[in-house]
Amino acid sequence: MLFSRQLARRPLIRAPRRWTHSPAALAGLKSVTEDDLVHFAHFLPPTSIVSTLSPSAAPSSELESFNNDWMNKYHGRSTTVLKPRTTEEVSKIVKWCNERRIGIVPQGGNTGLVGGSVPIRDELILSLSNMSKIRSFDDVSGILVADAGCVLQSLTDYLAPHNHIVPLDLGAKGSCQIGGNVSTNAGGLRLLRYGSLHGSVLGLEVVLPDGTILDQLTTLRKDNTGYDLKQLFIGAEGTLGIVTGVSILAAPAPQASNNVMLALPKFENVLPLYKETKRQLSEILSAFEFMDRTVYDLAVKHGQGRALNPEDVEGAECFVLVETSGGKREHDEQKLNSLLESLMEADVPLINTGVIATSPAQFSSLWAIREGLTEAVSKEGKAYKYDISVPLYKFQEVVDKTKNHLQEKGLLHEDAVKYVVGYGHVGDGNLHLNVVAAAYTPEIEAALEPFVYELVASYKGSISAEHGIGAMKTHALKYSKNETSIEWMKKIKALFDPNGIMNPGKVLP
Amino acid sequence: MRPSAVRLLNILVPVKRTVDYAVKIRVNPDQKGVDLNVKHSMNPFDEIAVEEAVRLRERLKDEVKSIKVVTIGPTKAAETLRTALAMGADSGIHVEVPDSAPPPEPLGIAKALRAVIQREKEGVDLVILGKQAIDDDASQTGQMLAGLLDWAQATFASKVDVDPKAKTANVTREIDGGLEELKCQLPLVVTTDLRLNEPRYASLPNIMKAKKKPIEKLTPADLKIDLTPLLETVKVTEPPKRKGGGKVESVDELIAKLKEAGITPVKS
Ligand SMILES: Cc1cc2nc3c(=O)[nH]c(=O)nc-3n(C[C@H](O)[C@H](O)[C@H](O)COP(=O)(O)OP(=O)(O)OC[C@H]3O[C@@H](n4cnc5c(N)ncnc54)[C@H](O)[C@@H]3O)c2cc1C
Repeated sequence: MLFSRQLARRPLIRAPRRWTHSPAALAGLKSVTEDDLVHFAHFLPPTSIVSTLSPSAAPSSELESFNNDWMNKYHGRSTTVLKPRTTEEVSKIVKWCNERRIGIVPQGGNTGLVGGSVPIRDELILSLSNMSKIRSFDDVSGILVADAGCVLQSLTDYLAPHNHIVPLDLGAKGSCQIGGNVSTNAGGLRLLRYGSLHGSVLGLEVVLPDGTILDQLTTLRKDNTGYDLKQLFIGAEGTLGIVTGVSILAAPAPQASNNVMLALPKFENVLPLYKETKRQLSEILSAFEFMDRTVYDLAVKHGQGRALNPEDVEGAECFVLVETSGGKREHDEQKLNSLLESLMEADVPLINTGVIATSPAQFSSLWAIREGLTEAVSKEGKAYKYDISVPLYKFQEVVDKTKNHLQEKGLLHEDAVKYVVGYGHVGDGNLHLNVVAAAYTPEIEAALEPFVYELVASYKGSISAEHGIGAMKTHALKYSKNETSIEWMKKIKALFDPNGIMNPGKVLP
Repeated sequence: MRPSAVRLLNILVPVKRTVDYAVKIRVNPDQKGVDLNVKHSMNPFDEIAVEEAVRLRERLKDEVKSIKVVTIGPTKAAETLRTALAMGADSGIHVEVPDSAPPPEPLGIAKALRAVIQREKEGVDLVILGKQAIDDDASQTGQMLAGLLDWAQATFASKVDVDPKAKTANVTREIDGGLEELKCQLPLVVTTDLRLNEPRYASLPNIMKAKKKPIEKLTPADLKIDLTPLLETVKVTEPPKRKGGGKVESVDELIAKLKEAGITPVKS
């Protein structure tokens, strides 16, 4: 272990080629063997073990969906997936792996976008999908306690009749799990209104890398009794332990929701529009999402939601989706209407036009355009995704500079990079810069990295606003975290996981 | 026959304000009706009817002289008219019934619509309305109206082509197991099916314009009609709750469960 840590501390000189190269973090780790399976079979039923090894000898096709990530960009070669049903089973698995020095990749819905949820080599995959029970819900306090493997949408569905919502929403809600959301500290579409998971997660149950169960599943709003350990696991991407239970503060369901899609003549208007919208809508503003024209057109091309009428998109350089949620329909509609009126009647209007959803079908349809962007981009080609935080007024500049840079490198054409698009959560200063290519190639990657990271660093931004570091950005961590921070992150990792079995090769360089 | 001057089309679209389709319906404790204190919006089939009228104008340009929308309902039904006006209708008629009155029935509505049509000075050539309203699912109003007026009717339309010069319309209907094409003489009542079109979003400039479009207010008395229900609702109940399924661990367990449930293999 000492050996591999020393290796990891060497300055990084190489840039690309890292897909084919196992990082030093994996050097001392062992592969799963048939003997290990025999051990697991003592306490797991056959349905919880999927392995290409004997005795179960499943075809490798059965492991495909676990070994490859959502973008089909990162490919692991694991032989074995375990799907425990209880925290105790997780603990037994982890204890064994720690003793045997077998690397573990915790996996939720496998929708992560930075290659963190699939093995780098042949680590054991521990899927939380069989842990999907809701443990309790208190409709007075709004506190929900659930197994980590609960799919986000199923929690939303569960809470609906109780008039509550999960304070988190994102495009992957049909597959991603609450444990995965916590582990990536997912932001998403409601962050503007409900804040980050660091605030709304009240407690966690975690299986530590030696198999110990850390029970911090409190349901207290206030608890100032020393170090708040659970915060470490929020956004740890499975490198410090396995989250098995989550206690989260659900928000009262809004009684009325409205949305509008506004078409803007130029990007420069986004900021003044955001200011004006915030001022007039104040507490009922619940989302303010930006998308440029190119990515809007891609969403329409790939059938995400119902498109706006041609006359409404004419001359638009970008779009903004505004959502309101509040307690009283008449009040909210009045506020929204006066905002829209003042926008339309201004001497120099910030918007060309806009459309308002007049039915829940249209409400969903407008959201489907925004939520479908990630999917549209991946249908169009192979996407290099940069999820960055930069000052709001730099959003367009980042997209333009990246485009120009690729143009200069001669890479902006049908057979290389097809589109450079930007969309994101304006309210949170978070831009999704997506470079859509015909194929993932070393040339494109070399043109983009470290270019994009340096660009972000020049604005003092973050190279990963919400998707995390995973396997994709370990080498780039230095652009957002200084040496001292990285040093202490490594100390924390070594303290929890001295054998380095938890999601090896992820997050830390 | 003397060639008649080219007639311009006057279209009437009746619309109804209903409980929104996304709302989970709750039966009132007295079992006489459902909770109406929830979100309402335009009956989705009527939205399709408004959209179709607007599309007809986009295709036929000036040959469509007017698109009028009409609703028979409580004060708040005016919002539904505004939505229709924002989608592109020219003017509206609101036959206002007291908020406390029981909901009118299809026959009453059909008679009210007949009275509205007879009041129109330039006449009406085409009525487009939803094949049913999603609250009572009666699917009767269009047919009754055609009967009362003795007009042609084409129900459950999935495609409508109008030739104003020939005063005819070709309508494709959705029927069991396929499609049926009708050629009809105007005046005509068309009821819309889901596949006819996908309604547009209301755009902000059109919403602003809609605020200035005229809505004429009438009462049932103005039309000399009586909307008192003829039917009595005896009881409203929820459908029986579906029992959730269960998961089995193995094929053997599945077979055991099937046997338990009395399902046995067929001998070949
Ligand atoms: C269409 C789409 C839209 C998205 N939109 C957003 C968005 O708006 N905002 C945003 O922040 N993200 C977004 N994402 C990415 C986001 O990070 C993931 O969707 C989600 O949070 C991950 O959950 P998951 O269950 O799929 O985790 P996985 O992908 O399975 O895992 C993600 C990481 O967490 C670890 N992990 C998973 N479960 C556990 C656990 N129980 N214990 C410990 N570690 C665990 C994994 O090892 C991995 O490192 C989007 C993704 C897609 C595909």
